[in-house]
Amino acid sequence: MDKFQIQSMNLHYGKFHALKNINLNMQKNKITAFIGPSGCGKSTLLKSLNRMNDLVEGCKITGSLKLDGEDIYGNMDVNVLRKRVGMVFQKANPFPMSVYDNIAFGPRTHGVKNKKQLDEIVEQTLKDAAIWDELKDRLKKSALGLSGGQQQRLCIARALAVKPEVLLMDEATSALDPISTGKIEELCMKLKNEYTIIMVTHNMQQALRVSDYTAFFLLGEMIEYNDTDTIFSSPKEQKTEEYITGRFG
Amino acid sequence: MRLGKIRETAMQGVFFLTAITSIAAVVIICIFLFCNGIPAMAKIGFSEFLGGQKWSPTNVPPSFGIFDMIIGSIYVTAGALVIGVPVGILTAVFLARFCPASLYKVLKPATELLAGIPSIVYGFFGLMVIVPLIRQYFGGNGSSLLAASIVLGIMILPTIIGVSESAIRAVPESYYEGALALGATKERSVFKTILPASKSGVLAGVVLGIGRAIGETMAVVLIAGNQVQIPKSITDGVRTLTANIVLEMGYSTGLHREALIATGVVLFVFILLITLSMQAIKSRSENHG
Ligand SMILES: Nc1ncnc2c1ncn2[C@@H]1O[C@H](COP(=O)(O)OP(=O)(O)OP(=O)(O)O)[C@@H](O)[C@H]1O
Ligand SMILES: [Mg+2]
Repeated sequence: MDKFQIQSMNLHYGKFHALKNINLNMQKNKITAFIGPSGCGKSTLLKSLNRMNDLVEGCKITGSLKLDGEDIYGNMDVNVLRKRVGMVFQKANPFPMSVYDNIAFGPRTHGVKNKKQLDEIVEQTLKDAAIWDELKDRLKKSALGLSGGQQQRLCIARALAVKPEVLLMDEATSALDPISTGKIEELCMKLKNEYTIIMVTHNMQQALRVSDYTAFFLLGEMIEYNDTDTIFSSPKEQKTEEYITGRFG
Repeated sequence: MRLGKIRETAMQGVFFLTAITSIAAVVIICIFLFCNGIPAMAKIGFSEFLGGQKWSPTNVPPSFGIFDMIIGSIYVTAGALVIGVPVGILTAVFLARFCPASLYKVLKPATELLAGIPSIVYGFFGLMVIVPLIRQYFGGNGSSLLAASIVLGIMILPTIIGVSESAIRAVPESYYEGALALGATKERSVFKTILPASKSGVLAGVVLGIGRAIGETMAVVLIAGNQVQIPKSITDGVRTLTANIVLEMGYSTGLHREALIATGVVLFVFILLITLSMQAIKSRSENHG
């Protein structure tokens, strides 16, 4: 089933044509990877899915983007959209407050006030993000004191705490060591039973290991989109092959 | 080569001298205040002076108790904070996060202009506008704790706004984006992530505002009523430490004059405490990154 349907989408930053005629359907409960050289528009497309591009002045989008058949840029309340479509940023960005308050921020935003209920959410999401054991004794400590890898998993937990349907991850592991990266990859594969995950990565191995589908972008165009095994074993386009074999990019 | 060396040494000397000037000014003021003030306090008796509630310097024998004025200064400053802090912080939030660019071009210079208005003009404004309004709506003669609080509240606005706004702007945008990405509204993102993250900077602004309020003289003298008493309501008159000095310095002699200088010492100690807490806030925020 398609979670996202994107049809003849174009995006301009002012005069700059950043995404050109994108047509892409992404499946529910799968991991889709966006790959491509720097500046090709991966982050831009990702941010269009939860309308974080609204913050960019002069950003104009045409075409249609749908979430479960509903127009993202139509009547949908942007805050509801962002609750349904969570995001993990490239650089871990925990709030300067306690671990507990970081996780509880989202649920509180959406009206959960009951202390017991919040306690449960905090514990459950930290367990889901495979970081409960490391943090259970530090819930009241500032999140800024955690290691980079812990911070990023905390941010994943924070995103999960609002019970999203989709998780967007923009190079979420690029600043992390192999062990933290491995933990987050494992986590993604576990989470896809319940969530739809879309990740941007510069790491071909990671895309191959983790994702079910891969889309290759170049200069604002989507060159090829297929299941990951096909893309990496027998790409149809020559540019894709050149990119994944490391001949450019 | 040698000429360059000489020039360098000479310039260093000049820098040294200029640096020394400000330090020397502080030291000389300290010496002046304490040398004149402390003996006077000793003569009057420290507890008599600081805790005494009778101020009648021209009686025989005279009494020099400034307790009511210490309380007066604290009340007036607290009143100014009640008005100035919420307005100042909300204005800073508005300027930093909500204000459209075109409006900002007008608003920002306006808040800066507020800082440049001489305090006597604030005093006039209080006397001609605030005092009559209070007289009309609250009764009494209008010159009161309330009038002084309102005018001082306005006077500390530019300090609080300026310092808070730059503190708010210094908060990483990633906090804001993180909150929005969780589905929080813009208002919630600003008030629950950005503002708390800027709290030590905002606090520094408030402390500077306290310093400004407690040291303010001209505006207060015109509108506070200046009765030596602990006000029982906000419409009662009040005399601050600064007002006490400026009202009586002109005709005082002998121990009376020294007692006024000693009043200055008390004021100076307040300012010292404020500066120290300012330093503490700064070093704490540096430690927290
Ligand atoms: N806010 C913006 N304003 C103007 N142009 C932008 C903005 N953000 C991105 N761009 C441009 O749009 C293009 C795509 O940027 P984007 O960030 O989506 O690339 P990317 O594929 O994510 O690259 P990277 O792998 O380096 O993160 C780039 O040419 C970039 O310069
Ligand atoms: Mg990017």
